[in-house]
Amino acid sequence: MAKLNINGRTHDVKVEADTPLLWAIREQVGLTGTKYGCGVAQCGACSVHINGELRRSCSMPVSTVKATDKIVTIEGLSRNSSHPVQKAWLEVDVPQCGYCQSGQLMAAAALLKKNPNPSDKDIDDAMTNICRCGTYQRIRAAVHVAAKMAAGGNSAKAKA
Amino acid sequence: MTTRKKSTVANSARRKFIIGTAAAGGGLAIGFNMPFAASAAETKAAAGAEVNAWVVVKPNNTCVIRIARSEMGQGTETGLAQLVAEELECGWKNIRTEFVTPGENLARKRVWGEMGTGGSRGIRTSEDYVRRGGAVARLMLLQAAADQWKVPVEELTVADGVITHAASKRSTTYGKVATAAAKLTPPDAKSITLKDPRTWKVAGQPLKRIGTETRLDGSLVYAIDLKLPGMLNAAIKACPVFGGKLVSFDNDKIAGMPGVKRAVRVNGFTVAVVADTWWHAKKALDAMPIVWEEGPNAAQSSATIAERLKDGLTTQTNVYAFRNEGDALKAIEGAAKKVEAVYRTPFVPHITMEPMNCTARITADRAEVWAATQNAEASLAALSEQSGLPLAKCEVYRHVLGGGFGRRGGNQDFIRQAAEIAKQFPGTPVKMIWSREEDMTHDFYRPISQCKLTAGLDANNKLVGLHVRVSGQSINAWVNPAAIPDGYKDARQLQGYDSKPGDAQLGYAVPNLLVEYAMRNTHVPVGAWRGVNTNQNGLYMECFIEEVARAAGVDSLEFRRGMMAKFPKHLGVLNAVAEKGDWGKPLPAGVFRGIAQFMGYGSYSAATAEVSVNAAGEVTVHRMVLGVNCGHAVNPHQIAAQVEGGAVMGLSALLFEELTVENGRIVQDNFNTYPVLKLAQMPKIETVVVPTFDFWGGVGEPTICVVRPSVMNAIFAATGKPVRAEPLKAAKQV
Repeated sequence: MAKLNINGRTHDVKVEADTPLLWAIREQVGLTGTKYGCGVAQCGACSVHINGELRRSCSMPVSTVKATDKIVTIEGLSRNSSHPVQKAWLEVDVPQCGYCQSGQLMAAAALLKKNPNPSDKDIDDAMTNICRCGTYQRIRAAVHVAAKMAAGGNSAKAKA
Repeated sequence: MTTRKKSTVANSARRKFIIGTAAAGGGLAIGFNMPFAASAAETKAAAGAEVNAWVVVKPNNTCVIRIARSEMGQGTETGLAQLVAEELECGWKNIRTEFVTPGENLARKRVWGEMGTGGSRGIRTSEDYVRRGGAVARLMLLQAAADQWKVPVEELTVADGVITHAASKRSTTYGKVATAAAKLTPPDAKSITLKDPRTWKVAGQPLKRIGTETRLDGSLVYAIDLKLPGMLNAAIKACPVFGGKLVSFDNDKIAGMPGVKRAVRVNGFTVAVVADTWWHAKKALDAMPIVWEEGPNAAQSSATIAERLKDGLTTQTNVYAFRNEGDALKAIEGAAKKVEAVYRTPFVPHITMEPMNCTARITADRAEVWAATQNAEASLAALSEQSGLPLAKCEVYRHVLGGGFGRRGGNQDFIRQAAEIAKQFPGTPVKMIWSREEDMTHDFYRPISQCKLTAGLDANNKLVGLHVRVSGQSINAWVNPAAIPDGYKDARQLQGYDSKPGDAQLGYAVPNLLVEYAMRNTHVPVGAWRGVNTNQNGLYMECFIEEVARAAGVDSLEFRRGMMAKFPKHLGVLNAVAEKGDWGKPLPAGVFRGIAQFMGYGSYSAATAEVSVNAAGEVTVHRMVLGVNCGHAVNPHQIAAQVEGGAVMGLSALLFEELTVENGRIVQDNFNTYPVLKLAQMPKIETVVVPTFDFWGGVGEPTICVVRPSVMNAIFAATGKPVRAEPLKAAKQV
């Protein structure tokens, strides 16, 4: 048994202590926006926020998560996809297959929270999630657009 | 146009399909985020009228466009919808899409044509009939309005789904006349004159992709995300050595583990554990003792395979002379200067980010799967074979693919496995998911090959003879050996070296040319990997031409141009890229340029790359300009996305990727042992789309073949040493 606070709701999940948080989220809570990609914390498809920190949930046993820890998944990132990264991703038309994008968005949101105006180098260092379709160039552009949106301005494109 | 009343039977069958597709829930309705249990009344009201197979019009004027091909991120769903919408004149904002099922396609005598989505064919081989489908629907909708108003149809105009009769100042919408239109006899599709692509307003535009919103909030249900009532989950493991056998497994050892139902034999070399959740199934599978009989292939390794391929470079036995023009060997022998090089390319995996998976439910008289497939009809056939039920009792519900790259088309192993597992739990849906380790070690890999090239230059530094000898594994030998004449004359492995125009033509005129293939198969499964054999062949040809140009002391762009007079389309895209890529212009200190051109999938591609190499030999790719002439450009924005994607996959392969074989099995099994390209290594990509509006070429694959040679040629320029093997990390050549 574990108590998980996900997207503001507490869930009692019946799992063994060593169950990865990812599989508790997907199979017990039923939120499938958080993806399985590697199971070894390499690809980032399983990225969630825990108390505002970016974490790879596939390699975190639920026993390491406290009932008071606030977990946010892609479904809880914003209401109506209103987070700047979601709006920027839409404007730049980032996703191809889309499978990795939940994790990419969670990583980008965590980056912007710590660094509201990241340079290309900052983005390179922070965004280590794998995308096999090859949307990296658009992700980089969209992070910049999201930073501008979050700063209160319109996007670069909207200004132009 | 005459009218006829459709029989009630036909109409009810159509309505049943529309409702059925929505009610399938986990299957077709995913594209619209319909709730799983939409009430029948809601579904019926929302269904609308099927004007023809391609177009359903709802009362609110929404036009549902049927999509037969698969969407795996390549944008074909959007492109096909643009083509239908262009002729339909329904307005882009009014469209929705719907993926048809192979069972319905079969039941309706393949009204939607081919569903297979590979070889960059999704748009180019269906553009004609989907545009005619849109045009036929438009004419029927207009005729219905004309009949209602009793005016000649020629007096009507339409824009964005609103029909207007200017003379009487009347207007109506597609939504209002759709039911009447659906009862009309369709005009002969072949008799319709389609729009000139140069006048397109919806097609040809850089529109954003359909369905992006669902990829930003976690709501898109991929096959791996499917939930069905009472569903079980399965984890799977195949013999680590290809060709080995499953001897036994110990169910007793996992019987008490949480959630476990039991382990089942899937086929002669594969076992699965079925449990309530996938995590429980995987844990039990990892804990269960399994006895494999690895067999003789356990003696195979990268070293034994390399030796076999090396022999193929010089053998005189069973060599397929694919092109033999003039006398290349004699010309090279008598040449003033001779250039020779041997290149090597390794096995590489697809690694779709969504691992292989499939949910199956099988009863005595019905077999269903929910799957991400590049070929839904092949999935249906595999399901029928595996379940033992006729095609008419089988159905495949299609999900958007979390990546394809060729993995989910020709080989339907995931369908067969899921069906076999579900057969052993009759009536219960079972979702099978592969671990990433299983995915990386049991793929159908890009085939391994080597190539020896020899060239002769005359006293004027003109190329007078070229001998290309490819030695390597054959995809056809693995998937369809009967397709290979005499067992070794496999033209497919020489993709890109064709003399005939139109698909994969070599863009150089060489007076004496010999192109040969020596088949050297291994025990490792191989298949189509984005770009297939243009990957290796483009690399071999374009890197070697660079070596020859340097030996000739001629600028490599000029050297190429000198052989391309008879290939204006190849030359056109090369010139466009050279211009946009600033060929010949100064670069920052330490940065060097490379160039390449090649053809595949009916499209012409070229690239320049700007690269630096530091003192430690580390390569940085700064900027690439990639050009493609795909004839008609249905969506330049999505074409650019595919070009960028191909650049990433090509660069990833060049910089990092190589699977090795030890003791008969693949060594690398996850991203911690098999790094791939990440954002930090992503250069700036500029895409140049230069359509000539006189043919239909592919988009998803063609440009990948010029990515690696352009970068390798830039490294050559930087270091003065040719790069002849990939990946760079292993080659230690820089």
